[in-house]
Amino acid sequence: MTDFTDQIRERLLPFPKRHFIASQDLDPPDIMALLDLADLFVDMNRRSTKKLDLLKGRTQVNLFFENSTRTQSSFELAGKRLGADTVNMSAKTSSVAKGETLIDTAVTLNAMKPDLLVVRHSASGAAELLSQKVGCCVINAGDGQHQHPTQALLDMLSIRRAFGHVDGLTVAICGDVGHSRVARSNVILLNAMGANVRLVGPATLIPGDADQWGCEVYHDMREGIAGANVVMMLRLQLERMDGAFIPSTREYFRFFGLDREKLQVAAKNVRVMHPGPMNRGVEIDSEVADDLSISLIQDQVEMGVAARMAVLASLAARLEAEGK
Amino acid sequence: MTPNTHHAIALVNARLIDPESGYDGPGSVIIAEGVIADVIFSDVPPSGSADYKVIDCDGNLVCPGLIDLRVKTGEPGHEQKETLKSASLAAAAGGVTSIVVQPDTHPVIDEPAMVDFILRRARDIELVHVYPAGAATKGCDGKTMAEIGLMNEAGALYFTDVDQPIINTKVFGRVLSYAGGFGALVAHRPKEPWLSDGAVATSGEMASRMGLSGVSALAERIALERDLAMVELTGARLLVDQISTAASVETLKRTKAKGLEVYASVSINHLVFNEFDIGDYRTFYRLDPPLRAESDRVALVDAVEDGVIDVIVSNHCPAPAEDKRLPFSQATPGAIGLQTLLAALIGLHFDREIPLIDLLRAVTINPANILGLDAGRLKKGAPADIILVDVDAPFALREKDILSKSKNSPFENRTLQGKVLKTLVDGRIVYTTE
Repeated sequence: MTDFTDQIRERLLPFPKRHFIASQDLDPPDIMALLDLADLFVDMNRRSTKKLDLLKGRTQVNLFFENSTRTQSSFELAGKRLGADTVNMSAKTSSVAKGETLIDTAVTLNAMKPDLLVVRHSASGAAELLSQKVGCCVINAGDGQHQHPTQALLDMLSIRRAFGHVDGLTVAICGDVGHSRVARSNVILLNAMGANVRLVGPATLIPGDADQWGCEVYHDMREGIAGANVVMMLRLQLERMDGAFIPSTREYFRFFGLDREKLQVAAKNVRVMHPGPMNRGVEIDSEVADDLSISLIQDQVEMGVAARMAVLASLAARLEAEGK
Repeated sequence: MTPNTHHAIALVNARLIDPESGYDGPGSVIIAEGVIADVIFSDVPPSGSADYKVIDCDGNLVCPGLIDLRVKTGEPGHEQKETLKSASLAAAAGGVTSIVVQPDTHPVIDEPAMVDFILRRARDIELVHVYPAGAATKGCDGKTMAEIGLMNEAGALYFTDVDQPIINTKVFGRVLSYAGGFGALVAHRPKEPWLSDGAVATSGEMASRMGLSGVSALAERIALERDLAMVELTGARLLVDQISTAASVETLKRTKAKGLEVYASVSINHLVFNEFDIGDYRTFYRLDPPLRAESDRVALVDAVEDGVIDVIVSNHCPAPAEDKRLPFSQATPGAIGLQTLLAALIGLHFDREIPLIDLLRAVTINPANILGLDAGRLKKGAPADIILVDVDAPFALREKDILSKSKNSPFENRTLQGKVLKTLVDGRIVYTTE
């Protein structure tokens, strides 16, 4: 593993900010550096021995106020493979359930001197608020409808590995954009990387001013994915629907569900993505989701661990540079 | 019905009115294969000896058949009031060649299978064109959006909760945006629900003297202002379903000046009658919206002439005797109007000296353009939905002449002017006076 450690140290740069709250914390060179680093972690993760000691002695707390299996285990694995001591705290078992405020929780946690705090919360801005109250690095693992920047980073990694580049690609983000933190984070990173970004969905699920995000807005899916290289499907948050935003899931599937027929208008080399978990038969047809020749959905999960390792390692490098 | 689709017909020696081109003058129309094969906008007869049946119109009016975009029948669910067939017969006799039936039936037309049902029934009846409007919310409950996309695809022409306003402004806004995403049109009644509750007349001297509970004419404007603000917010299209007051005309004018895609309709009843017509508590004049002051009526007629109001509807609401032979306040509101819409317009033309073409515009080309239909015009290639009318012939409407199953016509026993001689739908003669 020593050769790997050397290569990694060579590519490892301190993270540009103390915290990773939103996609705009990264400039294009930072994104490229993180993706290059993540590429090495992908190779490493494919070996039988996957353990490094870059984060040896560091404590990583995963503080999840919202249920998550995929993101939490991805961060946990990323931390463990870098040698950190990881602790998972979920809202159900913590004192939050007993009525503690978010800031009290932050102060309590801070007193335990963690180095890295991964947080997910149902309220937009929660990660930002925590970052102002703790001494450690805060990584936003999803805050309300605001952002989920490591998801966007892993999506960039998946796209770049599939196409060799991101710039110049046409990426259609489809579905429930309004409620999606994944969409907001991706729009920013994709634009920074030089992709053409389109938002596709019913008018009730796309914010009225989304055309000012640097994207084209489409309410007709066939028009929206015509010629697209990447079709990024979003999860329809069924629990929020109940006839208010869309009339029914069958109507949604008919007009905005991705199936083979609609996909025919996309570019020949099209790749399909989904942040998971999928509602099969609602936003995506199983035939498309499970076709490994076009679906990047499995890759996204794999890239997730590597991208998060890159973020954790870079943040630790910054702490080290700051003498902390 | 004669299956004479394949026989070409020439309507010659006619007075043509085509509101699309603005023509009102002598001419001929040639019909073949169900469409208009040619229109000659002059008194030169069609040349050649083509194989068509010539109908000499003797100088009578030939114009596009009327499009009535607000018609209620009782089918499905209340066939004792009116069926699609009886409404189609009344329409054909009244020179109305396309009707849009309202979705507040039993069950409500709020899913694509119901849209398909109406279209299939209409095809079987084979008289006039019958199109369904779909419900904007499920069961017209004002809460959950109906399957607007699927119904739009199935052939619903617009979306409305008919007489039920969508009270929840958030739901109304979402319906507007969602439908707008499909390019679908929403129609909405500007009816302020709390002020209108329990009212059977327009408040004022007349209603108070009669002891009827009234609603202020301003209630309509209050609701209209909200609806139009939501159009501004969402940028969607809206058909204001029937305005009935002078105040609403002013509001509408202001919004239209901003360039928003807003259209408005008015019922023929509100152009012809006023609140004094309810004087003897005759329930055929119990309408929703209620009849208004004479000043409102005049403002509405002017707004039609100026083009501020785009569409005139019959607001055909069949109500059988059991719903009307009741005290005024207990009677079901509404009047039938398919059979008398054209005659009432012709009456308005003679009474007010409004050019007939301006009135016909609001029942032909305007509704056609708003709904995206290629009917409503005398144009080569357009469907041959055409009527032949003797605008000078007087007649009195007797109960026995009423083809609707319900006889609640406010024009009953009134003398009208303008008799439909022939009605053609897709080139087929569906009505003719012998």
